[in-house]
Amino acid sequence: MVSVHQLVDDLRAHLAPDRVRAEPFELSLYGHDASIVSGSPVAVVCFPISTEEVQACVRVARAHERPFTARGAGTGLAGGAVPLGEPVMIVTTKMNRILSVDVDERVAWVEPGVINLDLTRALTPHGLHFAPDPSSQQACSIGGNVANNSGGPHCLLYGVTSAHVLAIEVVLPDGEVAMLGGFEAEPDGYDLRGAFVGSEGTLGIATRIAVRLTPNPPAVRTLLIDFLSVDEAAECVSAIIAGGLVPAALEMVAGQMIAAIEDFVHAGYPVDAAAVLLVEVDGSPAFVDGAAALVSEIGRANGARTVRIAADETERQLLWKGRKSAFGAVARLAPDYYLHDTVVPRTRLVEVLRKVDAIAEKYDLRVLNVFHAGDGNLHPLLAFDAREPGVLERVHAAGDEIVVASVEAGGVLSGEHGIGLEKRDLMPKLFSVDDLDAQARLRDAFDPDGYANPGKVLPSGSRCGELQRVPPGVWV
Amino acid sequence: MNGLTAFADEVGADGPVVAVGGRTQFDVGGAVDATAREVRAPTGIVEHVAAEMTVRVRAGTTVTELDDALSVHGQCVALPSWEAATVGGVLAVGHSGLRRLGWGPVRDTVLEVRYVSAEGRVVKGGGPTVKNVSGYDLPRLFVGSLGTLGMIGEVVLRTRPLPTFEQWFTCESADPFALVRSLYRVTSVLWDGHTSWVLLEGHPSDVEQQAGGAGLRAIDRGDLPALPKHRWSLTPSALRSLPDDGQGPFVAEVGVGVVHRELPQPARAVDPTIAAVSARVKAAFDPTGRLAPGRMR
Repeated sequence: MVSVHQLVDDLRAHLAPDRVRAEPFELSLYGHDASIVSGSPVAVVCFPISTEEVQACVRVARAHERPFTARGAGTGLAGGAVPLGEPVMIVTTKMNRILSVDVDERVAWVEPGVINLDLTRALTPHGLHFAPDPSSQQACSIGGNVANNSGGPHCLLYGVTSAHVLAIEVVLPDGEVAMLGGFEAEPDGYDLRGAFVGSEGTLGIATRIAVRLTPNPPAVRTLLIDFLSVDEAAECVSAIIAGGLVPAALEMVAGQMIAAIEDFVHAGYPVDAAAVLLVEVDGSPAFVDGAAALVSEIGRANGARTVRIAADETERQLLWKGRKSAFGAVARLAPDYYLHDTVVPRTRLVEVLRKVDAIAEKYDLRVLNVFHAGDGNLHPLLAFDAREPGVLERVHAAGDEIVVASVEAGGVLSGEHGIGLEKRDLMPKLFSVDDLDAQARLRDAFDPDGYANPGKVLPSGSRCGELQRVPPGVWV
Repeated sequence: MNGLTAFADEVGADGPVVAVGGRTQFDVGGAVDATAREVRAPTGIVEHVAAEMTVRVRAGTTVTELDDALSVHGQCVALPSWEAATVGGVLAVGHSGLRRLGWGPVRDTVLEVRYVSAEGRVVKGGGPTVKNVSGYDLPRLFVGSLGTLGMIGEVVLRTRPLPTFEQWFTCESADPFALVRSLYRVTSVLWDGHTSWVLLEGHPSDVEQQAGGAGLRAIDRGDLPALPKHRWSLTPSALRSLPDDGQGPFVAEVGVGVVHRELPQPARAVDPTIAAVSARVKAAFDPTGRLAPGRMR
C-alpha cells in the first residue's frame, strides 16, 4: 500500500483540494454512522460533486489497492457505511441537487445526496411526494435510501424504496458508469436495478437516481386507538389486515414509550395505555370514510379503550410528530440506545413481543417498542448508559437473541435498516451455505475484485470453497 | 425445502435443461436449443394465511388456480392470469397484466424465491415477510430472467385485497395522458389512438364521481378492444407518437408503456456495459450455460 500522502495527492488531481480531506477530525467524523458498530480507520474522505469525480475516486482507490465505501448522510443503523480496511470514504452529501421534476410523467431525477424530506417538500406545490418516509427522513439521503432499500410507516401501502426507483446511474466497482433500469415498461435482460437497490454500497455507487413520484391522496384519516393490553393491540393489527383493508400506515407504540413520547411532544397520547395504534387510511373520499369507520369498529371489537380520529391536519401532524419523535424522546430516559430492526409474520407479533420483553429482562435492560406493526416490522429499542461497565456486551447479546427469536417465528433479520456490519454474522441464521453462495455470486459479478464496501452484508466464508476475498494489502 | 428435492433431482447438475410452464409465453427471449431437456416445477399452494396477506405457492401452479383459492378469502395476486399460465412462468417472463398501472409491476409481488440452481441445489433468496432487506434481492433478479439463472420452484407472493367494486369505462374525446394524471389511483388506461378505455376500482361512489368528472361512459368487459398479439415495451412518454409512427394499429397501456401490436417490436440496442455485467451475472449463476440455453443470447 502506497502512502496516504500519495493517495491524497492523486485524489486532489481530480477533486478540488478542499474536497479531499485527511485531517483527524474528518477521518474520525466519517468513520462512524448512526449505529454503535465500529470499524477500521479511514484513509481519506472525498466529497465528489459529479459522476466523473465519483469515478475518479473509485479509480484512484483501486490504483492504490484501497477499498472504497460510499456514505450518504450517515444515518444508517447497521454499520453499512462504517469503514473496513482503511478505505477511501466517498461522501455524497455535496451531490444534493434535484436535477429535474417531470410532473406529467411523475418522475424526478435527483443526485444521491438529496435529503429525503427535501424532495417531498419540493414536490408539495405539485401535489406529489416521494413515498418512502423513513423516520430519519429529515436527515437521510436518497442515495442512502437506495443503498438500504429504506422503508418507513407508509411503505405498508406504498411499498419500500425499490418500488419507487426507476433508474440509477451508477459508478460500478471497476470505475465504469452504467445506467441500471430505465423508464421502459418491460426492458429485456436482468433487473440489475432491482439487484442494486438494497445492496448497501457493495455493487457500486449511485450518482443519479430517477424516482417515481406519488400523487398526494385526496383524503386522509388518521386514528389513534389505545388499548390496556399489548396483546389486544396486536390482535387488532391482524384483524385490520385480515379485514381486507391495507391502511397507508399502521404503527404501534407500546408501554413506557407512550409516556416518553407524550412528555417530549405533548401529542395527547394516553399515558396510561399499554399500547396505542396510529392508523392512517388514505385514498378517495368515500373509501376513506368507510375505511376509517371499519378500523374504528375493528378496534372496538378488539378491546380498544378509545378511538380518536384527528379532526384536522394540525391534529394529524401532531399525532405523527409523536410517532416520529420517538427516538428523540428516548434520549430523556437514557443517554444511549440500540435500535433493532427485525420482521416477523404479523400474526406472531404478540408471541415475539413477549419474547423480546423476556430477553430484555434476562439481560437487565430496558426495552421500548415503537414499530411498523402493519407489516410486522419490529423496532425494539434497548435504552442504556454506555458508562455502565459491561452494558454493551449485554446489549449486543440481547440484540442477537431478539434476532434469533424473530427468525424462529418465521421472520427475517432486517426490515429496513439493512445488514451492514451489524447483522453480517447473523446471516447464516436465515440463509444456508448455498443461499449465501448465490448472493456472493451476484456480488462478485458486479465486483470481481472486492473493492466496493468490503466486509459488509455477507459473512466471511460465504463463497463455497473459498475464504473471503479482499484486495491485496487490506486490513479488515 | 423438502418439497423441492424431487424437482432438484429432476433438474440435476448437468446437461442442458429448460423449465416449462403453461407455454403461454415460451418464445419470449428467443428459442431454446432443441437439446434442452424440459422440466416442470411442482404444483400446489403450500400455505396461505389471510391475515399475513402472503401466499407460499409452488411455481407450477396456474395463476388462475391460485387466484381462485385466494378469492375465497377476498384476496388475489398482482400477476396476469392468462389461461394456463403458471406462477413460475409468469415470474420468469415478468410481463404484467392490464392492471399494472394501478397494481404495480410483477417484480413488486415476489417476496421470496426458492429455485434449483445450475448445480442442482435448492437455493433461497429473500424471505417470507412483507418487508425484508436481509441480503441481496434475488427475487427481483429472478423476475424476468427467463429461467436462465435457476429453475423457480416455489415462491412467497404478496397478496392484495380483491377490489370491492370495479368498472370499465370508455371515452372518445379525452386525452388518455390527461386521464392518467387526473384520475386518482386509476387501475388501467388503454388507448388505440382514438378511443380510451379506463378501469376504475374502489368505493362505488368514488368510482362514479371520478368517472362523471372525466366524462367517462360505463361499458361491459366484452366491449374492450381485442389485443393484437405482439407486445412492445416503450417508455410511457413515447406512447404519444404511436399514431404517427407508421407501424400500424395498436392498443397502448397508457402510463405504463406496454403496447399491443400486430408486428413484433424491432430489437433494441443494449448498452455494452450493461451487457457485460449481465453476462457476468449469467456466468456466476450458470457457469456451464446449461439453463435455458439460447435464451437472452
